[in-house]
Amino acid sequence: NNENDDDHDGFQPVLFVSLCRNTLLEANVAKLGCSLPPARKTGTTICGVVYKDGVVLGADTRATEGMVVADKNCSKIHYISPNIYCCGAGTAADTEMTTQLISSNLELHSLSTNRLPRVATANRMLKQMLFRYQGYIGAALVLGGVDCNGPHLYSIYPHGSTDKLPYVTMGSGSLAAMAVFEDRFKPNMEEEEAKQLVRDAIAAGIFNDLGSGSNIDLCVITKGKVDYLRPHDEANKKGVRTGDYKYKHGTTGVLTKQVTTLQLEVMDESVQTMDTS
Amino acid sequence: MSPAVNHWTFGIAPVVLAKTRPGATGVRWPFTSGRAREALSFCACGSTTIMAVEFDGGVVIGADSRTTTGAYIANRVTDKLTPIHDRIFCCRSGSAADTQAIADAVSYQLGFHSIELDEPPLVQTAANLFKQMCYRYREELMAGIIVAGWDKRRGGQVYTVPMGGMLVRQPVSVGGSGSSYIYGFIDSKYKSGMTKEECLRFTADALALAMERDGSSGGVVRLAAITESGLERSVILGNQLPTFFSA
Repeated sequence: NNENDDDHDGFQPVLFVSLCRNTLLEANVAKLGCSLPPARKTGTTICGVVYKDGVVLGADTRATEGMVVADKNCSKIHYISPNIYCCGAGTAADTEMTTQLISSNLELHSLSTNRLPRVATANRMLKQMLFRYQGYIGAALVLGGVDCNGPHLYSIYPHGSTDKLPYVTMGSGSLAAMAVFEDRFKPNMEEEEAKQLVRDAIAAGIFNDLGSGSNIDLCVITKGKVDYLRPHDEANKKGVRTGDYKYKHGTTGVLTKQVTTLQLEVMDESVQTMDTS
Repeated sequence: MSPAVNHWTFGIAPVVLAKTRPGATGVRWPFTSGRAREALSFCACGSTTIMAVEFDGGVVIGADSRTTTGAYIANRVTDKLTPIHDRIFCCRSGSAADTQAIADAVSYQLGFHSIELDEPPLVQTAANLFKQMCYRYREELMAGIIVAGWDKRRGGQVYTVPMGGMLVRQPVSVGGSGSSYIYGFIDSKYKSGMTKEECLRFTADALALAMERDGSSGGVVRLAAITESGLERSVILGNQLPTFFSA
């Protein structure tokens, strides 16, 4: 079997060692009487826009576990390199780990080439990894950054396909956000206009999609500068309680009072000092 | 670990693939809750119309610009005409992830081969590289590709590599879900010996007709003419498309 020769043909396969155990667990879950934990997903609205001087990335901050909000203020804009950031939708663990892995590899690559990393490089690394896992890594990403060739924005799907566009949205709220973009996007916008557009697109996702909510995070990347605005807009501040269900001492009248002390003997006392040097 | 899990099946047993691969079970709405994957799923022959025509001195290639996930258009200005080498392009239909990965792998192999040869590569070589990959991994991939370009030995050539991994050279070839609607048009309107301009008009007309009838094709028409002297790319926007009778 001369299959080993084609390791450099660009197609690198992978082995799933846990697959057997997981399929067995899934099959027997009914017998065991419990249910598998639902994966924590970032329901999500994420988007990005290319404007005159760079890119603006935006994200909501809700993470869900089934129909329950697991994290009301999670951070979905991940660091890839000083000039490249990546928003992640889909399974939270997958987006977190994937972006961290590519960030690490990109730093090594950057040290090896002695240059600032390019967005196209990060895109290649991400798409090749996601394709290798055939969509089983549920990470839908919006990758944006500014490099020596200008500002770039990519959307990356879990199966490994990518699109290079001036404006992109991903996640369950992507349709709501895209509606805002299709209405108001213009090429070469100013920074304030671009930030307002992204903020409005994420807001559309937050208020019209159940999987997205809480606050709006923004990340403005320009040549030589990154503004990580977390939070940029607290669109859903928790309300202040106007009443209180605590009652003052004495609200209920005391009729009798009986105090019984517990008899406790000290059996043994030992002191262990901790080395706090 | 079972010895049958060989590295060339991606380490995934075929049974698992068959159950979860989206193509066979039809399109799936993206981003739904539960374990549904956010798949870039397509119907069996890919939501696209692609076309390539040979003429004396080169080839004309064309494609629509729509990429869908279920019923949502993920990218309405996709470029499905991918350069593989200076004078060789491929038109991609089927799963976007699969075709992008294949095109990247073949570009790499062909570039390497061209440097070894110290010569521009043949279109037939590129087509065979596509065929080898599409045939070897035919169970795992969903890719219908048309390879077209110009080389010194045989001039303008069009090779089609449909799903399954066949390879055949044709003077004119169409692919994708929208192609079904224009076979009649192609068969009746094609004549050999057309000029480059006639080929461009023919391709634009055919794609416009397909986009009109096929829901999975649309957007703009991207055209490219590849000749010895170089490459000419053009875009026909929605409002500039050729119009035909509509009831």
